[in-house]
Amino acid sequence: MTATATEAGRKPVSMAQALNRALRDAMADDPAVHVMGEDVGELGGVFRITDGLVKEFGEERCGDTPLAEAGILGTAVGMAMYGLRPVVEMQFDAFAYPGFEQLISHVARMRNRTRGAMPLPLTIRVPYGGGIGGVEHHSDSSEAYYLATPGLQVVTPATVADAYGLLRAAIASDDPVAFLEPKRLYWSRADWSPDAPAPVAPLGRAEIRRPGSGATLITYGPSLPVCMEAAEAATAEGWDLEVVDLRSLQPFDDATVCASVRRTGRAVVVHEASGFGGPGGEIAARVTERCFHYLEAPVLRVAGFDIPYPPPMLERHHLPGVDRILDTVGRLQWEADRTEGSGD
Amino acid sequence: MTVLEQRGSSRNESHWPAPPPAWRPRVDPAPLLPDAEPYRLLGTDAAARVESGLLTELYGHLVRGRRYNAQATALTRQGRLAVYPSSTGQEACQVAAALVLEERDWLFPSYRDTLAAVARGLDPVQALTLLRGDWHTGYDPREHRVAPLCTPLATQLPHAVGLAHAARLKGDDVVALAMVGDGGTSEGDFHEALNFAAVWQAPVVFLVQNNGFAISVPLAKQTAAPSLAHKAVGYGMPGRLVDGNDAPALHQVLSEAVERARRGGGPTLVEAITYRVEAHTNADDATRYRTEDEVEQWRGHDPIALVERELSERGLLTDAFAQQVRDGAEELAAGLRDRMNQDPALDPMDLFAHVYAEPTAQLREQEAQLRAELAAEAEDEASRGRGAAHDTTGKERP
Repeated sequence: MTATATEAGRKPVSMAQALNRALRDAMADDPAVHVMGEDVGELGGVFRITDGLVKEFGEERCGDTPLAEAGILGTAVGMAMYGLRPVVEMQFDAFAYPGFEQLISHVARMRNRTRGAMPLPLTIRVPYGGGIGGVEHHSDSSEAYYLATPGLQVVTPATVADAYGLLRAAIASDDPVAFLEPKRLYWSRADWSPDAPAPVAPLGRAEIRRPGSGATLITYGPSLPVCMEAAEAATAEGWDLEVVDLRSLQPFDDATVCASVRRTGRAVVVHEASGFGGPGGEIAARVTERCFHYLEAPVLRVAGFDIPYPPPMLERHHLPGVDRILDTVGRLQWEADRTEGSGD
Repeated sequence: MTVLEQRGSSRNESHWPAPPPAWRPRVDPAPLLPDAEPYRLLGTDAAARVESGLLTELYGHLVRGRRYNAQATALTRQGRLAVYPSSTGQEACQVAAALVLEERDWLFPSYRDTLAAVARGLDPVQALTLLRGDWHTGYDPREHRVAPLCTPLATQLPHAVGLAHAARLKGDDVVALAMVGDGGTSEGDFHEALNFAAVWQAPVVFLVQNNGFAISVPLAKQTAAPSLAHKAVGYGMPGRLVDGNDAPALHQVLSEAVERARRGGGPTLVEAITYRVEAHTNADDATRYRTEDEVEQWRGHDPIALVERELSERGLLTDAFAQQVRDGAEELAAGLRDRMNQDPALDPMDLFAHVYAEPTAQLREQEAQLRAELAAEAEDEASRGRGAAHDTTGKERP
């Protein structure tokens, strides 16, 4: 695995490797952490995120379950009730839906319905989103469903360091976390040392990935690299874009997001999930409510179309790309604003 | 011998390759099959085997349970409970489920199983908070090892499996007993729970109280299985069919299942055939879907009367004993009535206290909003000279 990393120091590590390392370290640090799901054992998960865990920790700590998402989540609830910290894998976004009754009716509200007597430390790993050429039911962006459920935390990393740090934080949290892993970033790499991982901001904190003064791109997960690329390309138009990576959709970091928008006076929310009823509507509303007098333009959204996830040969038209982001940024009434920074 | 084991019947067998090893049934289903008739003790010769001490204990619980059901039903009529799904007629299942468990074991009740929770030792008022509406769960599940009363159907079953599995992983000989109704057996979670339990050989006992109806839908429209206990075979666990009104029979069958689970023998599915004498809840009109004749037949097979008869045949139902049991039941009812007639002290700030370990910034804002609304309300009332008459918050949070 990463045995030579110490000698080599920082070297390119994929997000998948960082997630694997996070699981391994969490299991080594706390015997209560149990990994379970379909194919997480010998196979190491279809994306190999659980690779090697069964060898290191045995089947009792990293076990294959029957193929049943409600059963996986439901039994994990009982395990958490007995003091374990289960980490379950849902394999693919759309495969998680059979487990939603458990998620909504029990996972998210166990603490609440027992008045705090029974917290539920449970991490639900969901590989989500498109861009990998998956067939139907393998590319949904299901974050709005999780987000609509009070009691859940909803977290999605976009960088290798966050993949490690946020997953460790999710497992350590005493509340349930829907941990959404952007599938198409699994193979993205960064210089990162698994043996001395750089500390990352805690759950619930957004990060400014690129400072800028002209407009804020608010994004998360799989859309972060697209927004970074768009921000670089925007300089050709003379636009200086700031990019905020939410990292956590619940809790939501109003403070960081609104401070950025007040500074830039313009905001565009970017995500893959469908726009209508999607997270962008909530984010745009929050920003408008809190920053209206600082805004030079309406808060715009670049989202997936309001269609069931398309077949893979057409998905590039559905997914927000650099051009669509730049077109939208272009609609931010730039002409009306020749007084940079007047928003302050 | 099963069909798959009948060899030599096909022509030219030698020309065919031998079937792969996975071809045959993996376990012999016969030992898993339930008896053709529900297991009974009372009214049979085997009744003599039941210890008198157990009989009197069961009787005390049954009478208390019947009185508890009557009192809770009365409380709904007085508006003190939003709803009460009565277990009248099913008290034997409720009591036996509670009594067969050791202190370290866990009970996973559905919304109809408050009596089982009370028989396990839970404060009757705490057991009723869900139905009264002051909070969803009025007790710490760990204190008596009773999971929250579960309103969605069958979703508590996988919890029981997971908890029992976790206990075994930790090396504790804890058993979980999960209760579900006949309607609940049609839910996907019932299937997934039984399947997980059997694959994991988890120490769980599933008790199906087949009371004839899922609200109004009769068993015949619920399942085409020979019995609900037969479903066990498909998962690879034993199914037991038992008279759900025969308290000692239930006690024996469930005890055996619990002990088997504790020894590492895996799960058991027990179907108790009983009857819901009352309507589904006070909101239901049972006359629309069943006849009074049918109800009367079941009243003739009443769980309390059955035990009473055995006690009197043994000369144990003395006037003094019967009076003592009745007094105990009245005491329970009176205590419940008195305490339920007091308005619960509610703190509206609790709405935000237990959503997350640490309230989010948004929840803190909403908490401040509600606090301001309450303060304005109180001021308004004070200015109208009614002071704190409507202040039911009882306490202020720091």
